[in-house]
This record gives sequence, structure tokens and C-alpha cells, in this order.
Amino acid sequence: MKAAAILWLRQLKRYSRSRARMVGALGQPILFLISLGFGLGPTFARAGAGDYLQFLAPGVIVMGILFTAVFSGIEVIWDRQFGFLKETLVAPVSRLEIVLGRTLGAATVALIQGVVVFFICLLAGFRVTAAPLLPLALIFMFLIALVFTAIGTAIGSVLQDMQGFPLIMNFIVLPLFFFSNALYPLRGLPGPLAAAVRFNPLTYGLDGVRSAFGRASQFGVTTDLAVLGGLAAVVLALGSYLFSRIEL
Amino acid sequence: MSAVIEVRDLVRTFDGFIAVDHISFAVEAGRIFAFLGPNGAGKTTTIKMLTTVLAPNSGTIRIAGHDPVREPRLVRRAFGIVFQDPSLDDELTAYENMELHGVLYGVPRAERKARIAALLNFVELWERRDDYVKRFSGGMKRRLEIARALLHQPQILFLDEPTSGLDPQTRNHIWSFVRSLSREENVTVLFTTHYMDEAERVADEIAIVDHGRIVAEGTIPALKRRTGAHSLEEAFIALTGRDIREDEAAPQDRLRVMRQVWRGRR
Repeated sequence: MKAAAILWLRQLKRYSRSRARMVGALGQPILFLISLGFGLGPTFARAGAGDYLQFLAPGVIVMGILFTAVFSGIEVIWDRQFGFLKETLVAPVSRLEIVLGRTLGAATVALIQGVVVFFICLLAGFRVTAAPLLPLALIFMFLIALVFTAIGTAIGSVLQDMQGFPLIMNFIVLPLFFFSNALYPLRGLPGPLAAAVRFNPLTYGLDGVRSAFGRASQFGVTTDLAVLGGLAAVVLALGSYLFSRIEL
Repeated sequence: MSAVIEVRDLVRTFDGFIAVDHISFAVEAGRIFAFLGPNGAGKTTTIKMLTTVLAPNSGTIRIAGHDPVREPRLVRRAFGIVFQDPSLDDELTAYENMELHGVLYGVPRAERKARIAALLNFVELWERRDDYVKRFSGGMKRRLEIARALLHQPQILFLDEPTSGLDPQTRNHIWSFVRSLSREENVTVLFTTHYMDEAERVADEIAIVDHGRIVAEGTIPALKRRTGAHSLEEAFIALTGRDIREDEAAPQDRLRVMRQVWRGRR
């Protein structure tokens, strides 16, 4: 597993060296946190639903993870033509080891990004009420990162060029985010939307993260872990399979 | 002497288009073999099949005695490659790129250090070893890619248009290096190029490829004799005609254009 380890390390080195990318990826979650958190906060409070910022913060943290993760997976398209990926594809190492090192590395980067957003949320007024459960929050955040890196890798392995990228963003990534419980609570949603949100695996990830931060869980932590863990195993297998079939 | 690269009746089609059409050739150990041909002739597709990253439809390949389809790992150990498009990690230093290659190829640590130092010195990049590759010029990147391809001491070196876009000094440097590899280390070299003068100067043997077929093969004097031409370029035109090829842009060509727009030439 030496090859997987050095490919994992490579991702971390790249992340720590490109400040612009790091800061750039923070822009979107911060924008959501400030505009929605403070903008909708009063309305949310008047409706008797409590402090919106406390509800929204985990959603914004997951957003940071989601976009970093999907994007690094999709980078496969670019990387196999002009980048270092080609070098790994002709190396005497199994494709499985390459895709594992790459995926774990990208997921770790996405997790770090999520932790950075977490600290920004704390600055904005987010409060954690169950500090001992923080490791559990990290586990959920990592599983979410893993799931979406693997989905990105699967997509990146199949697409031939970047033209399909907006399609992926608008019809897969954004719907997953907007039709989850990231921005609004599940309670009282109209039927079809409620069904979509309940069907969305990200909802269970968010439920897990929220309960680890000290809010009441809707489905129970065990269910959340089972759904997310099961999904991670499936998409990881799928991503690895599609990656191993890449031809140049 | 025995053949290190042996190809028989190789065929590869893409959606009905025959990119490689029953190509056969052999290269003996330590020889320098050039693949010449117009754009879209099937040179790169052939190299992809020889280097395990594309499966043939039919035909047999032996690289250092192994089959790329059934024994990809043994084949991958036997060759080093410089691709047509860059394949370095720009955000790592020159040394880190070499080190990564060494680990991927399982070169033991002590040997790795010594070989990296020797190769970086040889391509005159030792002083720049701790600089990020993104600060390197096109020629420096190419030299680094060649050094990297040799780190695991391959028997065969594949070079796909290694000198395109480089200045004459760098081209000379690269070719004298390649020649010394073949003479002194008995490395077998297979390269493609658009520059006839380079092929004429460097190659022991040449195959001219057109429309997926080898239309002529042999030493340069033999090719000239056959076509009654004075230079390789004349022989090339005599064999492949004067038509300018307009092959359709594949997805990777579109990507290549995007890349040039965003980052400038390599």
C-alpha cells in the first residue's frame, strides 16, 4: 500500500500549497452562511423555529465538503490528459491502489475544508452543545467527503471532456444539496419534496452531523451511519471499478 | 539479437473508424526506431496499445517478452514513457516528482536517491530540484519527464513527439541524450515525431505510417533508395502524398485547445 500512501500524501501537499484554491472554495459556504443565516434568521425565529444560524451551520459545513469532494473527483478528466494521472496509469501498481490513494487523499482534503468552515461558523455564532460528540461529527463529515469524492471519480472516469461538467453540477450536485435538509428542516415539507429529501442520502449525513453537534436526531445516529456507510461502500466500489477501466 | 518489441497484425477501431489497421513490426534491443506519419495516422494509438493503456481489438504484442493485455505489470516495469501531453505534477518540486515515480515503481530508497541525483544531474536540473515544476519552461519539463521515465531503469523508452514546441538547443540536447542511452546503456527507443530531420539524424530504423498502416519500413538509406528520394522528407511525401490531413477533433483535442487558452503553450 506504499503507492496509495504516497498518492494520499501528494493530495495533501497540493492542498497545503495552493492557498488560492483553499480560500476560493470557502467563498460559497461563507456567502450562504452570511446571506441566508442572517437574512432568513429573523423570519425563521418569528415562525417559532428557533435560531436559523444554529440550524444552517451544519448545512454550510457539508456544502464546503460536498463541492470540494465532487470537484476533486471530476478533476480526473483533466488530470488523465494533461496531468499526473497518466503517469500513475502506466505505473506497475494496481488501479485499485491508485484510486484508493487518490480518493482517500481528496476526501481528507474535503474533510479539512469542512473543518475550516466549521471554525468560520463558530466565529459567526454557531454553538456546539455536545462537545464530546465532535469525533462522531468528524466521522460523518469524512463519510460524506468519501461518498462525494467517489461519485466525482466515477463521473470523471466516464466523461471524455469538460463539456458535461455544468450538466453534472446542475443535475446531480446542486439537486443533492438543495433537496436535502441542509437549508430547511424536514418537518412540514410538501409531500413530493419531503419524499425527495428523505430519499437523498445527504439528508442522513446531515442528520448525523447535526446530532453529533448536539441537536435532536431525526432518524437516529445508527440509521444515519448505516445509510451513509453503506452508500460509501457502494459508490467507492463503483468509482474504483470505473476508474480501473479508464483507457487513454 | 532478439526483438524487444514485437507487434503482429495489430488492429484498433473507434466506432467503425480503423485507427490502426494490421500493423506489424519488430525492434531489436538497443535500436532506435522512429514512427513517422501525418496527423491521425495511428502513431499515438499504437503507442497506447504497446504501453497497456488501450486494449487492441486484435493482434499480438510482446514487450520484453510479455503481453500488455495479460501481463500489464511486467510490461509496465519494462518501459518508461514520455507522453505527448505533459504528465508532471506542477504543484510538486522536480525532486518530489522523481521521488513519487520511484515509489510507484518500487525502486528501493538508497538506489532511488542515487539514481535521482545522477539523472537530474544528467538532464542539468539538479540545481533546480527543489523548485516547483510550474516554474519550469517547456524544455525543462521535457527533460525532467525523460529523467523520470529512466528512473526505474527500463529496457525500453517510448517518446511520443518529445520535441514538439521546443527550441533547437533543447532538441539537440534531448536527442544526443537519447542516442547515448541506446549506445551506452542498450536502451531500446521508439519515438514519434513530425520533424523529418530529427528522424534522419537519430533513428536506426523508420516505419512510415499512414491511414493506420505501415506503408514503408527500413533503414533510411533503404527508404531513400526505394523512393529514389534525396532526403527523408522527399521519401515521406512520395509515400504519403501531399494531401493535408483533416482528422476530426477528438475530445482530447478539444481539451488541449482549452488548456492552451487557459495556460498558454507548454
